[in-house]
Amino acid sequence: MLESYIPIFIIITISLLFAIVNISFSTIFGPQRPNKEKLSTYESGVEPIGSARDRFSIKYYMVAVSFIVFDIEVVFLYPWAVSFITLSKPEMIYSFIVGSVFLFILLIGLIYEYKKGVLKWD
Amino acid sequence: MVWTLQSVLFIVFSVVAIFAAIMMVTRRNPVTSAMFLIVNFLMVAGIYLLLQAQFLAIIQILVYMGAIMVLFLFVILLLNLQDERKLTEKITYTKISGILLSILLVFLLSYTVYYGFYGKYSGMSENSESIGTAQELGRSLILNYSFPFEVAGFLLLAAIVGAVVLAKKKFE
Repeated sequence: MLESYIPIFIIITISLLFAIVNISFSTIFGPQRPNKEKLSTYESGVEPIGSARDRFSIKYYMVAVSFIVFDIEVVFLYPWAVSFITLSKPEMIYSFIVGSVFLFILLIGLIYEYKKGVLKWD
Repeated sequence: MVWTLQSVLFIVFSVVAIFAAIMMVTRRNPVTSAMFLIVNFLMVAGIYLLLQAQFLAIIQILVYMGAIMVLFLFVILLLNLQDERKLTEKITYTKISGILLSILLVFLLSYTVYYGFYGKYSGMSENSESIGTAQELGRSLILNYSFPFEVAGFLLLAAIVGAVVLAKKKFE
């Protein structure tokens, strides 16, 4: 069973090596002449103002929370959808009802968020 | 102890996981801690894979390493921590009770691990090859655990409502 994961291990190893080799070779062989301008924070070419440790709007957090909730919803839906074909006819109907109720519960959450204006971004 | 591919991989995963966990707790910069937590999650995903829980391993990578870590980083940003080198350690009752609870947890886990090796339920079940796939998981989710499935839906709903209520002032 573990042998079937060998391609995945190979791709992980290659990507790790790719990252390590790229970074280490450019550090070893690249010329390094640092000065004050080069070492300053890069902010898309604009002079940096203030500290990076500033308060961020709660809106970002709300988007992240919504993302996680609906991400986990998809996690539940995936085995539900994949197993559907293995079920018998009455089980299929039952499975469909159970899944629909689950989706409906989370739809209430989405409507609530929408009505509260969480998803509004101005 | 037999040196199979599984046991070698298990040792690698667990050693790196413990190392990442220790590094996570001892770093001063919260973002560095979060990065070490990602390494720890990846190693735990590897251990899930060794335990034939394929679907859980992928979900660990997708949800924990992706979504939950984004949430952690946002919490770090929202807390508006100033220079962490200025932070000082204080011993409070909360920390002392935390230490005691951790010791209790260690005992609990050692008990579980001990019975996992020598107790009645040692070893893997016979159909462990297929039990962790998404299809099998979905079958038992619908046929045996449909009520917990709906309850999980309500839990997610509660998460949305809770987050909106906590941040309410901003949206009105």
